[in-house]
Parts: sequence; structure tokens; C-alpha cells
Amino acid sequence: MADRSPAPDTPELRERWGGFEFNESYRARADKAIARYPEGRQRSAVMPLLDLAQRQVGEETDTQGWLPLPVIEYVADYLDMPVIRVLEVATFYFMYNMKPVGKYHVQVCGTTPCMLRGSDGLFETCKKRGMKKGHVSEDGLWTLTEVECMGNCATAPMVQINDDNYEDLTPERLDAVLDALAKGEQPKTGTQEPGRHTSEPANALSSLPEMVDANHDYRKDW
Amino acid sequence: MPKVTVDGQEIEVPDGATVLQACELAGKEIPRFCYHERLSIAGNCRMCLVEVKPGPPKPQASCALPATEGQEIRTDSEMVKTAREGVMEFLLINHPLDCPICDQGGECDLQDQSVAYGRGATRYEENKRAVTEKYMGPLIKTVMTRCIHCTRCVRFSEEIAGVDEIGALYRGEDMQITTYLEQAAEHELSANVIDLCPVGALTSRPYAFEARPWELKKTLSIDVSDAVGSNIRLDSRGREVMRALPRINDDVNEEWISDKARYQVDGLSKRRLDKVFMRKRGKLQPASWDEAFKAIAKAKPGKDIAAIAGDMVDCETMFAAKALLKACGSTLVEGRQTGMDYDVSNLAAVNFNSTFGGIETADAIMIVGSHIRWEAALVNVRIRKAVKRGARVFVVGPQWDTTYPAEFLGDDLSVLGELPKHVVEAFKDAERPAIIMGGAALAKGALGAGLAFAESYGLVKDGWNGFNVLHFSAARMGGLMLGFAQKGGLKDIVAAKPRVVFSLGADEMDFEPFADALKVYIGHHGDRGAHAADIILPAASFAEKDGTYVNTEGRVQFAEKAVFAPGDAREDWTILRALADALKVEVGFDSFAELQAAMIREVPALGEEGLAAYGALPKGGSAAKAEGRIAAYPIKDFYLTNPIARASAVMQQCSSELLGGGELAEAAE
Ligand code: SF4
Ligand code: FES
Ligand code: FES
Repeated sequence: MADRSPAPDTPELRERWGGFEFNESYRARADKAIARYPEGRQRSAVMPLLDLAQRQVGEETDTQGWLPLPVIEYVADYLDMPVIRVLEVATFYFMYNMKPVGKYHVQVCGTTPCMLRGSDGLFETCKKRGMKKGHVSEDGLWTLTEVECMGNCATAPMVQINDDNYEDLTPERLDAVLDALAKGEQPKTGTQEPGRHTSEPANALSSLPEMVDANHDYRKDW
Repeated sequence: MPKVTVDGQEIEVPDGATVLQACELAGKEIPRFCYHERLSIAGNCRMCLVEVKPGPPKPQASCALPATEGQEIRTDSEMVKTAREGVMEFLLINHPLDCPICDQGGECDLQDQSVAYGRGATRYEENKRAVTEKYMGPLIKTVMTRCIHCTRCVRFSEEIAGVDEIGALYRGEDMQITTYLEQAAEHELSANVIDLCPVGALTSRPYAFEARPWELKKTLSIDVSDAVGSNIRLDSRGREVMRALPRINDDVNEEWISDKARYQVDGLSKRRLDKVFMRKRGKLQPASWDEAFKAIAKAKPGKDIAAIAGDMVDCETMFAAKALLKACGSTLVEGRQTGMDYDVSNLAAVNFNSTFGGIETADAIMIVGSHIRWEAALVNVRIRKAVKRGARVFVVGPQWDTTYPAEFLGDDLSVLGELPKHVVEAFKDAERPAIIMGGAALAKGALGAGLAFAESYGLVKDGWNGFNVLHFSAARMGGLMLGFAQKGGLKDIVAAKPRVVFSLGADEMDFEPFADALKVYIGHHGDRGAHAADIILPAASFAEKDGTYVNTEGRVQFAEKAVFAPGDAREDWTILRALADALKVEVGFDSFAELQAAMIREVPALGEEGLAAYGALPKGGSAAKAEGRIAAYPIKDFYLTNPIARASAVMQQCSSELLGGGELAEAAE
């Protein structure tokens, strides 16, 4: 499992992020998230607020964004809650980056279905491009993380890069996606299998065929 | 009231009880780690598994399952046995086998329960997980590899202490308990997590590797570091008190004690007065008891003799002193060292009448001139409970960090007479309104105004008395019951120009006005009082004598002697008895039992453990007004309020590290 400890609390970190504040547009979104909860329950908005803070940090650093300790403290302050409670949430969920990441956070799924469908090759591909698990590549473009199942097993193997999923990958297809990203283009998201739209069966319908037109009770067949 | 069957035995359980409580009512022991009566239910250790029908065909966590009508609970089936063994085995997978070097050994829930409910041996052959130690301040030592993630410590600091500082970071196998950035736990009750931790993850830092529980003699005692009268147990070995632990008393301290009560005990063996001293040519020099007694007799005090009681003396000592003075023909006794002179003609007016349990049920509380967190940390816990139930709290006095929402109304006492409209309404609407007057308010003469407040807002009604005075000297209520109060306070004593002044461990007072008198200090620590004295007679601390104490609620409690006083020091009453001989007077007792009997004859309430009855509250006289600003609270440093704490290295460290005197201490080195 990836190391989730927060980036060390150094004077440089305080210097860089001590003055962090939501800008106008993020503040509006944060306040909207808070307004969803009843009076006195503002703390419930801690997850959206951490996400917004991470995104703003991302914009400011031209990366996917991460959560420096002063920013976590800012969110705690914003919601008037003890900072340890916010840190608990931030270190629990993998969507929050506790250390600086590159412009693209390449999260390769390594769980069984993806592994059986060739995720090892995807890691190889990434490695060849100079990515190392848990590190930012030298050009600042990439961070590689191995993650557990992302719920796309039907189109395995898959990779999540920032807010998008890329599925049905082969080393070549992943290379194409990464090339496009490196050039600043937006590759097609979702499945990379020609002719496939989403996660519908790749060939002919193979499961629950009797269900196509009408409901069918399979229980007697078991 | 649902009826359930536990192992075939049918019992009725209270509404809202859990299956675990039902099993306990039926006399069954349910092993547990995360469940604790006084904390919220977490249900994360799974040790309390039992079989329950109807329900899914698997063992269920009894601590988190409500007991309902007709349940059939089994705690003795094969399924339960294997389930417990399984949970135990999993808990031990990552738990180090370091019991021989663990301070929890001998009083460890994990140890005990693995013996009782675990398998004989492990089947685990992989590497164990290790977790780095986390700094939690000068009191709590951590060995986090031992942590089993029960989250009791997290829940305590959030729910009871009200200072959210311990948390569980990361998740799954990586979960770690820590404070934010490993800052020191910074509140008055922090060390209670040590008792709560079911394993040796959180242990006592000052007591680390000092003793094993089975070598200690356990004595029931009463804490004297404040006027709460927390019930404690002193664990001693030989002549040394090794540690103080809370005893359960739901009426007083529940299950907690303050860090000061727990950790001042190392001060019991430091800076002790273990010899008689006399001032010769301006310097205190060792002397013999005989010399000292002769010198006192030579002063020929006659009836010009006074006694001033310190904050930690027991009732017996005060009574013995009073008896001695009476035999000499004097009534010059006083306990309020700082010169306070509030009216004590009716003790109900200076008592915490709501009781600690009662204040939990108050729904509007006015705190006047009390930094409750520092003056009575455990009363603060009760108020926090009241606030959780919906009480509103207002404070008159300088700001302090409350652990609950409270509105500060400024530090000008006159606000009591002209309360803002919303406050008036809060008290008018309240069913159980209360006021708590602290030392700072009493010093400003606000007692009358408090009584007037009680009258105008109906604080006393059927089954409810909301008028409270919160003292912070363990000796105060006992002293007042014994008449240790002059009308004009200490001023009256000064005016009487006594020739001999006995100071019974009085360390907070100013001896300047007594420059011409022979000052005899009868006490246990070489603190301020001893420095000012002409003759020092070494006496016993609270741990070294039997004694009666009355807490701020008027609760009479008895403490037992744990160890012998060091060196030449004697129990206070014996010194006073010997002085009677030296002064050639009769006090009428020759043994502790006789002394106690005489005391109880004079003040019968002191003979009965429990709340003393002080009768009805006096009328306030609605004209009584409070005036003036409360500039500061009397306690400047929570950790150093009494001579024992001031002598304690642990308390000094807490003071410098937690209250920010750090630079000062360094500069002095
Ligand atoms: S440190 Fe102790 S009390 Fe806290 S979670 Fe771990 S085992 Fe439980
Ligand atoms: S295993 Fe990779 S998405 Fe489910
Ligand atoms: S005691 Fe029930 S789960 Fe821990």
C-alpha cells in the first residue's frame, strides 16, 4: 500500500502554503457544499472541501494537486473542526494526495482482474517512460501509483489519470494515451477498444442472454 | 423492559440495554477491549462476540447490539468459544510478545483475556507489523506497536475531555493512533487514557519501569490537589508512593482524575522536611524536638496564639490545632490564607449544593469568577455533559478555554445585576438553573450578589438547589465546618497580634504581617511557609496519615495512611498533642481515635461519610450588588498549585512544557 504519511512540516512548507485561502470560485463551491448540510453539521462537508482544496492547489502548481498540512489546517479552520479529525479523513481516502504529485497522476489498477488481463505490462510501460511508484518524474509530468480495484473490471485492465479512466488497455494503447497527454491533448476517455462504447460485452452477449427482451427467472436452471 | 434468555437463564433488562449489558446482568463475563461504560460504543475490536437468536447465523458483537424482547443469547456455545479464539488470534498477530518489558504486564486486558479466552499458541509465522512511537507529551509514554486500535483513547479525548487531539490516521493495517503532528496532549485529564488503554500502548511515562503491580501495596485515599476530593488509590512500595490511580466513585470523580492528582506524587519524596529546624542568627538550622518545644514554650504565648491552616490539611489536624488553641484560651484559627473574608455564618451559602452529579442535569449555568478547568477539572467534565444535554453556559470573568460552547459576559461583576436580555430569558426559562461562584468572585465580595441571583431566578426549588460555590482547597470545607474562619478573615488574626503563629502547611499566605510573632511551621514540604518560619516541625503529608477531608460539595470522605513519613517527621496530630504538653495545657485526647471521637462530638457531620447537611440557603438580600472587575483567576499555573506539586519534577516539567514556561526553565539551568 502506498505511503500515506503527510509531507513533512518544514519551514519551507509553511512559507509556501501558510497563506493558502480558497480563491473566489473555489470559495463559492466550498460554501455551496457546506450549505447542503443542516445547520450545525457543517463538518459533514469535510470531504468535498478537501477535494476542492486539493484542486486549487493543483491549479496553483499545475499538477493534480495535493494537501499540504497548512492547507489541511485551513480546511479545519474553515469548518471549525479539530485539525486531527480532518487529517484522519485525508489520510484515509486515496483520492487525497498527501505528497506532491505530477501534472498527471497515473493510477494503475493492480488487483486480480486487471492483473490477469495484463496490468503488469502497463506498469512496465510506465516504468519505461521513467515513472517510479510514489515518485514524481523528472519532467514533473507523471506520478505513478498502484491502486486496488477501481470498479472497472469488465473493461480491465484500466488506469485512472486525474479525473478520467482509460480502459481496455494494452501497453501500446497506454503509450498512445500518455503521449497525447504529454502533448497537452485530451485523449478519448473510457474504453480504448475500437468499436466498444462502454462496458457492454466485448463480443456476443455471453451472460444472461435470456434477459435481453424480457425478465427471466433463472432459478430453476441452477 | 425486554425479557431475554442468557445461557438458558431468563432475565429482564432495562430498556435500551445492549446484549453485553444483558449478559453482565445475568452474571456472565463478556471479554471486551473497545467497549467502555463511559464512552460511546465503537464496536471495532469484536472481542465481545456472542450467539444471538433470532438473527443471522453468525456470532454478533454484543456491545453494539440492542437487547430486544425474546432474544436467546448464548455465551457458552462452541461458536462463541471459537469466535473468541479467532478474534484473539487476529489481535495477537501484530501484537508484540514483549510482556516481560511492558509496563502494562500484570494489569493488561489483552494478557488476561488471552489467557482466559485465547488459544494456547500462535499459528502465525509471517512478519509482524511495527509502528513508530508517537510523542504525546511528558506524561504519556507510547509503544504504538502494541496498539490494538480500540480507539478508547480517541473517544476519551473527544467525548470526555472535550479536547480533540488524539486521532487514528491511515487505515486498515496501517492505522496509527497519534496526536496532530505528535504534539503533546495538552489538557488536565490527558493521562486518563493510560488507564483506558487496554494494552501497553499508552503507559505512564514518569512511572515507566518503576514497579510491577503485584509488588505494590494499595491504599484507599483522597486526592488533595483540589477540592473535588477525587477518590484515589495510592500504590506504594516500601516507604515510597509509586503512583496514584483513580478509584471509581460515580458521585465524585466517576472514573477519572486530573493529571495533577495523578502525577504530583513524586513530589512526596522531594524537598521534604524530615528534621526539626530552628532559626538561629537568621538561618534555619537543624535542631531537636526538645529544643523546639522549649523555644515555643519560652515565647509564653498565653492566649496570644493563632493557627492558620493550609490547603491540604485534614480535619483531624485542624481540630487538634483548634483544641490546642482552645486550651490556651484562643480562638484565632483561620484557613483562608489569601485573606478572603466571605460570610460563613451559613455553610450552605459557601457549598456546592447541586452536587457534581446534579450539575450534569442543570440546563442553564452561570459561572462567576472560576476557571473551572483549572480549579476543578472534573467538575468541568460534568458541565460538559450538561452542555451536551442542552445546557447553556455563561461566564463572568476573563476568557479561558472552555471545552464546550459558553458565552463570556465580560469580566465586570456588575453585569450580574444587569444581565443582557437573552441571558435573563435563558435563566427564566430554565428548569434547573445554576450558578457557580469561584474563588475570584468570592475575593471580590460577590457572594451576596450570587445569593441575590439565586433568589431572583429561583435557583432553589423542589428537589433542586442551583447555588454553588466552587473551592479549590481540599481543606476548605472541612476547615469551615471546624470554624477555621474569622469574621474579617486573616486581617482579624493580624489585628490580634498573636505572639505565636502556627502554620499548618500554610504556603500560600503572606507572613509579612506576622514579623513580630514566633512563626512555627508544621508541615511537610520546604516551601514558602517553611522559608518564612522561625521553627519548623516536620509533619506528614496526606499520604502519610489517616484523615478526613470534606470536598467542595460538603462530602465527607476518609483517606488512609499509605506510607510512613520520612525521617523525623511525625503525624501532625501527635506534634500538636506534644505541644500541648510543652505549653502545659490539656487537650483531652491521647490517641488518634480519641481525637477523632472528640472532633465528631463537636461536628457530628464529620463522623459520617457522605454529604453533610448544611440546611437552607440564606436569603440574598436583593440589594446586594457585585462590583469590580475580575482581573485574573487565582490559579496562575495549573500544575504548580500546592507544595507537593511544586516539589514534583513531573509537575514542573508539565508546567514548563505545556504551559509555555519552557524558556524560563532553560534560562535558569
Ligand atoms: S493506544 Fe490504546 S487506547 Fe488507544 S487505540 Fe490503541 S489500544 Fe486503544
Ligand atoms: S480489478 Fe482493476 S478495476 Fe477492478
Ligand atoms: S467490545 Fe464489542 S466490539 Fe469491542
